[in-house]
This record gives sequence, C-alpha cells and structure tokens, in this order.
Amino acid sequence: MFKYVIRRLLIAIPVLLGVTVINFIIMKMAPGNPVDMLISPQTPAEALEAKRIELGLDAPAYVQYWNWFTHLLRGDLGYSMVTYEPVGRMIWDRIGPTLLLMGTSLIIGVAIAIPLGILSARRQYSKLDYAAVTGSFLGISIPNFFLGLGLIYVFSLWLKILPSSGMSTLGGNGGFVDILLHLIMPVIVLTANVAGRNIRYVRSSMLEILEQDYLRTARAKGLKETLVINRHAVRNALIPIVTVLGMEIPILFGGAVVIEQIFSWPGIGQLTMSSIMSRDYSTIMGLNLLAAVIVILANLLTDIAYALVDPRIKYSK
Amino acid sequence: MNLIKRYFAGRSEAQEEKLAWPEGEENSRTLFWRRFKRHKLAVAGLVVIGILTLCAIFAPFITAYKPTTVTDSFGAAPSLQHWLGTDQVGRDQLSRLIYAARVSLAVGLGSIVISAVIGTVLGLISGYFGGWIDSIIMRLTDIFMSFPYIMLILVVASIVGPGLTNIILILGVLGWPGVARLVRGNVLSVKESDYVKAGRVLGFGSVRIIFSHILPNVVAPILVYATSGVAGAILDEAALSFLGLGVQPPTPSWGNMLASAQSLTVLTSQPWLWVPPGVMIILIVLSINFVGDALRDALDPKNNK
Repeated sequence: MFKYVIRRLLIAIPVLLGVTVINFIIMKMAPGNPVDMLISPQTPAEALEAKRIELGLDAPAYVQYWNWFTHLLRGDLGYSMVTYEPVGRMIWDRIGPTLLLMGTSLIIGVAIAIPLGILSARRQYSKLDYAAVTGSFLGISIPNFFLGLGLIYVFSLWLKILPSSGMSTLGGNGGFVDILLHLIMPVIVLTANVAGRNIRYVRSSMLEILEQDYLRTARAKGLKETLVINRHAVRNALIPIVTVLGMEIPILFGGAVVIEQIFSWPGIGQLTMSSIMSRDYSTIMGLNLLAAVIVILANLLTDIAYALVDPRIKYSK
Repeated sequence: MNLIKRYFAGRSEAQEEKLAWPEGEENSRTLFWRRFKRHKLAVAGLVVIGILTLCAIFAPFITAYKPTTVTDSFGAAPSLQHWLGTDQVGRDQLSRLIYAARVSLAVGLGSIVISAVIGTVLGLISGYFGGWIDSIIMRLTDIFMSFPYIMLILVVASIVGPGLTNIILILGVLGWPGVARLVRGNVLSVKESDYVKAGRVLGFGSVRIIFSHILPNVVAPILVYATSGVAGAILDEAALSFLGLGVQPPTPSWGNMLASAQSLTVLTSQPWLWVPPGVMIILIVLSINFVGDALRDALDPKNNK
C-alpha cells in the first residue's frame, strides 16, 4: 500500500511538470507581451528593448520557462499585469469563498445523490425511480447559468426573499446567517449539477450489486433486509463512487467560473473571468496552475482512497 | 398413435430449436431498434432532435424575418407579428431562436467529430502498441484532463479569439482526452481476443489489424460517448457565448441571446427574451442525453434482453 502511494506520487510529478509546460505554451501564444502593457505608446524603442531584456523576454523560450519555473518553485507566481498585485496574494484572498461554494455544493449534492440513487435502485421501475432518473437527466441538461437566472428571477426579483449577488450584504456585518442566505442560490445551481450526475452513477452501481450472488447468500442465511442492504450492498456499491467524486472537482471549478459571474460571488471564478476580460495573462497563468494542482491532488486522493476502500485490489507492484 | 406422436414430437422439436435462439436469428439492426424503442423518452428525444434539425436546415424558409433584420419595434412583447416579441435592437426573437439552432447543432456535431477522430486515433495507437508510446499518450491525457475543462476553453478562446469556427475548433481539439482514454481501454480488451491474434498469426500488418479488426469493435462505446459529447459541447458553447467569449452577436446563438438577461430590465420585464433560448437549450440537451442513454442500453453487448 505504502509502495502504491509512492508510485502514484511519482506518476503525478511528470503530469505536474507537463501542466506547467502546457500552461507556459498557452500563455506564450497570447498576443502581446507584458512590456506592451507596462509602458505607454510614447516610450522610445530603445527603452522598450531595455525593459524586454530586463524582464528576460529576449531569452529563448526554454530559458524563459526555466526562469518562470524556478520562481514558481519558490512560491512566486509573479505580478498581475493589470493591478500590479502579487498573483499569489490575489488568489489567496479569493480562494476561501470558492472553496466554501464548491465544498458545500459537493457535500449536499452527494448527500442527495447517494440515498436517492440507492432508493431508486432498490425500487427499480417504481414512480420514485422514474422521478429520480428524470430529475438526474434534468440536472445535467439545464445550463447552470440559465438555472441561476431563473432562481434570481423567482427568489430575488419576484418573491424578494434571497439576495441575488455577493457573499454578504454591503455595509452589513457579514455574519453567518447573512453569508448563508447569499450561499443558497449558487449552491442550489451547483448541487443540481452534482446530484444530477451522481444519482445515475449510484443507481447503476447499486443495481449491479443487487444482482450479485453474495446478496442472495446473505438473504438465504436469514439476514434482515435492512442488514443485507446496508451491510452488504451499499458498502460495495459506494466503492466506484469514490472515483467519480474525484472527477467532480474539475467540473465544479468550471461551474464556479460561470456561477460566480452570475451571482457576483467574490471567488476564484470571478477573478478568472475578470482577468480573461482584461487579458491579465500572469494572473490567468497562476489561476490555471492552481486549478490544475488542485485537480491532480484530488485525483491522487481518490486513487489512494479507492485502494483503501476496495480490498479486492492489491497493489503489490 | 405412436407414429403421430413421433411425427408431432419431431415437429415440436424443430419448432423449439427455432424458438430457442430467437435473437441469434434476429437481424442486429432490428434487435437494436427493439431495445432502443423501449426507451420512450429517447424516441421522443429523437423526434425533437429531428424537428430541430429540420428547422435549422430550412431556417430561411420558415422564418418571417432574417435574424439580423431590424424592425421598428424595440423590445416589444410577443404579438401576432412577432410571436416571441423583439429584442432591444428590434430583431424578431423567433427568427433568431430558429437560426440559433444552426449554431448549436454545428458546434455540437463539428466539435465532437474533431475530438472523436483525434481521440480514436490516439487511443487506438496507445492501446495497440502499449509500452512507452502508451505511457506518453496517457500522461498527455492526464495533463490535459488536469485543467478544469471550462477554464481551459475560456483561456484558449480569449487568446484565439471568439467566433463560431474557433469555438468548434477549440472544443474539438481540447475534447479528445476523454475519447482517447475510452478507446484505449476498449482496445486493451479487444486486443486479447482470438480474432485479433488470428490476424497477427496470418501476418496482417498493424494498420490492417487496427482499422479493420479492432476499430469496428470499439465503435459502439465511441458512439455512446460522442452522443453525450454533443450535449456537452452544446452546453459549453452556450456557456461560452453567455460569457461573451463564444459566438458573437449579431450571429444568434442561444447562449448569447441569454446573455442579454444579465441586464436587470430584461430579466424582470422581458422574459420572452431569455426564457425561450434557455428552454431550447434544455430541450435539445435533454433529448440528446436521453438518446445517448438508450444507445448505451441498446449497444451494450452484455445486454441479453
């Protein structure tokens, strides 16, 4: 097991390096360079050239990459081309709200999907099953921005019971209840997506388990139905779900970009959109890298969790 | 009596033999349809997709206005002249809605064809040859899949520039890793089958084995994946256009039509401008997802019903 974790970590390193290279290439493709942003059009060409050399932009691409990469290893993500703030600081200030949003949605989404999926599988072809499956299809088919707009229309403009933007009321104290009220609608949108994707996974995984011989054995030896389901079926059905949860992280990031834009949620997603709009490439680079690192870590954790919960898998090599 | 018994026994035996393997006798196509038709929602979905495709193709003949024609009523509510009203610039909303179906279908089909071709070729190579080629291709998919998809698309779209063709290319070129992984996994199991081994023993070249022996047997999962891929691409295009980095006005797309609802006046007092495009997206994506689900069921080799 320990060896497996080490091996898995070693595989993550080239992937991480690849991520930095791809990130660097994408940003090099971007039109214009930081010097154009820093200096006004009246600046003489010689001064521009001097600035380029000072910033190391005259060096070959691999040297530039190496410079950027060594700074990165020291935790230096560079400075924003628009606000001149350190990128690391900007991200750090905004990561909290996004993690709050993503975490809450993931937890609630899974808390809905698992029991509903299990119930749906146990009563296959019942009304509840049809409702759950149709609901899950709706959850993955509604564009999240449309659902967001619909919620704002109903709850903020029509019923006027929920705030439509931000994380806390302007000038308010930003207390727990205030944040909670602001959290409700964005979380509903992301939760609908998460639950929609996972209800059918849980259901089909559970259906597969329900056909297994060991369940018949369990029943044959006279175990109570609840015990058969909870002890023997559910535990095994949830093993594949561990992997699926890891795949939720990158999707949630994407969802956060759109949702934070609609609800003016002050997080990473909004920062991403505003830096894309202002062509602030050093900030985008930092954001992309951070997102990729979080995704890689999530994959690593799910792989290890999978190895822990599934006793059938032996990682001897 | 004995004779009759023997006669009938023989006949019923013959009949039984015929009944024993009805599916073996059944044409694979009728079998496919029989399984597909069990999914009522998928059949309905197919009808919806068909109608929308026809509308998209014949858009100029069934719309009263061009999508860019500016009429003299601005932001008017639905009326007899304009069934779904007009937008802030005075363009007929229904015409724009119908023309926008072209964008969604083009993006959905175009991008998935590109990513399916790239992904299938890389997946076939990776799975068939294995070794270091496999490691390199799989690490590449790992790298691409580490970036949150929407974020990567947004960044590339901001660099390459918006527009219909660019969106198709971006979604197509960035969508291959999923296909590649799926194809590779299937190739790994098909590769061990006897007919592939037979092909190798007969001295067929790798290209022939890959394309005429392995590829036909991995088409079904690719088809199922591609179907949900079309739905995903339509949603991605809508999100991208909604954020202003996708299809640009005046070309109508359901996503950029919804973008107008970001203004409070449209959201509150002109629901005909943002509800219909949203409903259209849900309708087409839901239909495609239902069809994809039925396809998965009907093409599943483990399915013996």
